Amino acid sequence: MAIMTDPPAQAFRLSQLIYDTRYRSITIQVVAFILIMAGLFWLVNNAIENLAVLGKDFDFGFLGSRAGYDINQRLIEYTNNSTHGRAAVVGILNTLLVAFLGCITATFLGVIAGILRLSKNWVVGRLMTVYVEGFRNIPLLLWIIVIFAVMTESMPQPSDFRGDNPSATMILGDSVAVTNRGVYIPNVVFTRSLGGNEMSAATDGVPAAIIPAVSVGDWALFLAVLIAGVVGSVAIGRWGKAKQERTGVRPVGLFWMRAAVILVPAAIVLIALGATLDYPRLQGFNFDGGIQLRNSLIALWFALSLYTGAFIAEIVRAGIMSVSKGQTEASAALGMRASWTMNLVILPQALRVIIPPLISQFLNLTKNSSLAIAVGYMDARSTLGGITINQTGRELEGMLLLGLFYLATSLIISGVMNVYNSSVKLKER
Amino acid sequence: MSEIHSETALQTAYVRREMLDQQTPPVTAAGPVKWMRENLFSSIPNGIMTVLSLFVIYYILSHLLGWFANGIWDAGSLTECRAIRDERIASGVWSEGTEVACWGVLADRWDQLLFGFYPSDLYWRPILAVVLFLAAMAPILYDSLPRKLLILTLVAPFLCFWLLWGGSIWYPYMVAMGFLLGWAIIKFASVPLGSLVANLAAIVLPLLFWLFAAGPLASALTDIAPIGIRSVNSREFGGFLLAVVIGASGIILSMPLGIALALGRQSDLFIINKCSVIFIEVIRGVPLIVWLFTAQLLLGYFLPPGTNFDLMLRVIIMVTLFSSAYIAEVIRGGLAALPRGQYEGADSLGLNYWQAMQLIILPQALKISIPGIVSSFIGLFKDTTLVVFIGMLDPIGFSNAIRADTDWNGIYWELFIFIGLCFFICCFSMSRYSQYLERKLATDHR
Repeated sequence: MAIMTDPPAQAFRLSQLIYDTRYRSITIQVVAFILIMAGLFWLVNNAIENLAVLGKDFDFGFLGSRAGYDINQRLIEYTNNSTHGRAAVVGILNTLLVAFLGCITATFLGVIAGILRLSKNWVVGRLMTVYVEGFRNIPLLLWIIVIFAVMTESMPQPSDFRGDNPSATMILGDSVAVTNRGVYIPNVVFTRSLGGNEMSAATDGVPAAIIPAVSVGDWALFLAVLIAGVVGSVAIGRWGKAKQERTGVRPVGLFWMRAAVILVPAAIVLIALGATLDYPRLQGFNFDGGIQLRNSLIALWFALSLYTGAFIAEIVRAGIMSVSKGQTEASAALGMRASWTMNLVILPQALRVIIPPLISQFLNLTKNSSLAIAVGYMDARSTLGGITINQTGRELEGMLLLGLFYLATSLIISGVMNVYNSSVKLKER
Repeated sequence: MSEIHSETALQTAYVRREMLDQQTPPVTAAGPVKWMRENLFSSIPNGIMTVLSLFVIYYILSHLLGWFANGIWDAGSLTECRAIRDERIASGVWSEGTEVACWGVLADRWDQLLFGFYPSDLYWRPILAVVLFLAAMAPILYDSLPRKLLILTLVAPFLCFWLLWGGSIWYPYMVAMGFLLGWAIIKFASVPLGSLVANLAAIVLPLLFWLFAAGPLASALTDIAPIGIRSVNSREFGGFLLAVVIGASGIILSMPLGIALALGRQSDLFIINKCSVIFIEVIRGVPLIVWLFTAQLLLGYFLPPGTNFDLMLRVIIMVTLFSSAYIAEVIRGGLAALPRGQYEGADSLGLNYWQAMQLIILPQALKISIPGIVSSFIGLFKDTTLVVFIGMLDPIGFSNAIRADTDWNGIYWELFIFIGLCFFICCFSMSRYSQYLERKLATDHR
C-alpha cells in the first residue's frame, strides 16, 4: 500500500538555477539575452564613437538632395537634377524589372529542361544534362561576363545595318535589331493618348529616355482592363466547374469564353487608344525609336535565367520523379489519356514537391541580380548602394536602406509564395 | 497418360519432331538499331528532336573544335598570336578566315592565374598546403583509411595557415594550444567539477588564453627560438589560390556555426530560438555582395576606433557567416525530417540534450542533409568570385587585369574557358562525391 505524499516543500536554493531543469532553461535564456544585448550595445556604442570621431551624423536627409549623375536604363522619368531618393527608386525598379523578367524565363527554361531531361530520347536527355551541369557548376558571375562579352564583341555594329548590301539585317520582319550597343525592339505608342503624347519628353538636352517616358495613364487603363478580364475569366471558370459538377455536363466553349473575356476588352482598349508599334529605325550611326534594351540588361537577364533555369530543371525533375509510377499506371488503368494523366494526376502532386524549392530559387535570382555591378546595369545596388554612397559618403545609411530593401523583397516574395504553397499543400489530418 | 499422349503425337504426321535452330533476331529488334529505334526515333516528334539536337551539337562542335584544337600555345602576346595565324594561313596550312584560340595567354600568365602575386620563389608553400589539406580531408572523406590519419586532420589547419601566411610558427602553435586547453578541460575536469562547469570553463578559459596570454607567449617564444618562414601579406594572394583559401576556410568554419544555428532554431528556448531565426533570415535575405561591401565599408564602424584588420580576414568572416545561415537551414530540414520517435527514444534512454544530439539526432540529421550541405558548399565556392568587386584579384579579377595589359588586350574566351573549366572540375567533383556519400550512407530502404 503506497501512500502518495507531496515532496517536502523546499526553500528555493540558488544552485537550483543551474541544476534544476525547471529553472535551468530560464537561466540560460537570461544569460544569453544579457550577452546578446551587451554585444549589440558594444557594436552600437562603437558606431556612435566612430561617427563622432569622423564628424559624421546619422541622417537620411541626403535622399532629398540633388543626385547629379545619369542613369542610362530607367523605367520612370529621371534626370541628373533628380534627388538621390528618386535615383534609389529608379535602381529599385530596375532590380525588380530584371528579377521579374528573369523569374519568368527561368521558370520557362527550367520546366522545359527538367521535362526534357527525363525524356526517353537519349540525345536530348544528355544535351539537357550538359546544360544543367554546366550552368550549375560554373559561377554565375562568369556567365554574366561571358554573355556580356558575346553581346558586345560578337554582335554587329549599328553601322553594319547601313547601305544597300548590309552585313547585318534586322530580324523578325525588320522589327528587332540585335547590335553590339543593345537590342532594339518595337515600342507600343498610343496615338490617342489620355494624357497627351509624352514620347518626345526630352529634358535638359538629355536625349529622350532610353526606355521612352511612357504615358502612365494609358498603361494603367490597359492593365486595369486586363486584370478585370482575368478576374472575369476566373469567375467563368468557377461557374463552368460548378455547373459540370452539378449536372455532369461541361458548358460548351468554356475555354473560348474565358479567352474572349480577357482578350476582347483589352483589344478594344488598345484600338481606342490608337496603339501602334514604333519600330526602331536606323538614323545616322545609331538606331532611333523603339526601345533599346542595353547589353547590360540583356546579359544579366539571360545569364540569370539560364543559371537559375538549370537549378529549376533539377527541381522539376525531382518533383516529377517523386510521383510514384503507380499513379501513372492507375490513371492509365482508369483509361485516361497521357495528357490528362500529366495534367490531372502527375502535375498536381509534383507541384507540392516543386513549389517550396522553386520559391527559394526565385529569391536567389532576385538576390543574384545584385551581380548587375559586373556589367554596369543600374540596379538598386549601383545607384543607392554605389554612386549615391560614393557621392554623399553615407555608407551606413545607404547600406542600411539597401539591406532593408533586399530583406523586404525576400520576405514579401517568400510570404506570398508560402500562402500559395499552403493552398496546394497536402491536406493532412 | 502423358506417355500415351506423346506416343500418339509421335505417330501424327503434322507434329514436328526436331527443333529448329534458334534464329538471330531481326536487325530492327537487336543491337544498335534496336537501341536507336527505342532511344532516338521512337516516334516522329522524337525523331525530329533527335535530328535537331544532333544538328545543334554538330553546329557547335564544327565551329569550336578547330578553334580549340588549333590553338596557339607559344605566343607572348595577342599580336604575336595573330601573326602566327596569318603566317600559317599564308603558307596554306589553314584555310582563309580560320579563327584559332590563343592559349599562349595561359602559358604566359599561368602563375598569376594560379597564385596571384604570391612570391614566385615560395610557390612550393601553397602547393604543399593544398597537398596537406587534401591529405587531411582524405580520412574524413573515405573511412576506409586508417583512423590515425585524423591526427593530421587536426593539425593541418594550423600548418596550412602557417605555410600560406608564413611568419613565426609560434602564433598558430598558440592558437592550437588554446583548443588543446579546451579539450583537456572537458576531458579531465568533467568528473571533478561537473559537466556544466567543465563545459563553461572549456569555453571561457581558452578565450581568456587567446585574448591575454597567447600573444605575449608567442612573442616571447619567437624571441627565444625564432622558428619561422618568410611572411606573406594577404594582399599578395590572388588567382585560384585566393578562391581556394576563402572557399576552404568558409566551408570548414561555417559547418560548426551552421549546426549551432540549426539547433538554436529548433530549440524550445524562446530567446535563443528567436535570435537564431532573426540572424538566419537577415543573412539569407540580403545578397552576399551587399555583405561583402558591408565588410569592406562598414565593419570599421562597429569595431573600437582605431581597429583595422585584414580585408581577407573580413571576407572570410563574412563568407562564413553567410554560408552558415544557409547550412543551418539545410540542417534544420534534416532535423525536422527525423521522426519524433527518435527524440522520444533518446529521452526515454535518459540522455540529456547534448548526449541525445550527439549520439542520436545529429548523426541521422546530418546524413539526410548531405546533398543540401554539399550544394551549399558548391555555392560558397562559386560565390568566392564575388570578392572581385571589393578589389581582390581572384581568377575573374585577373582576367580583367590581363585584358588591361596591352599585350593581351582583347582576349576573352580563352581565359573564360580556362576559369570556367577549373571551377567546373572542382564543383562537379564535389557534387559527385556527395552522390557517392549518399549511396554509401543509405542504410535504410534496403
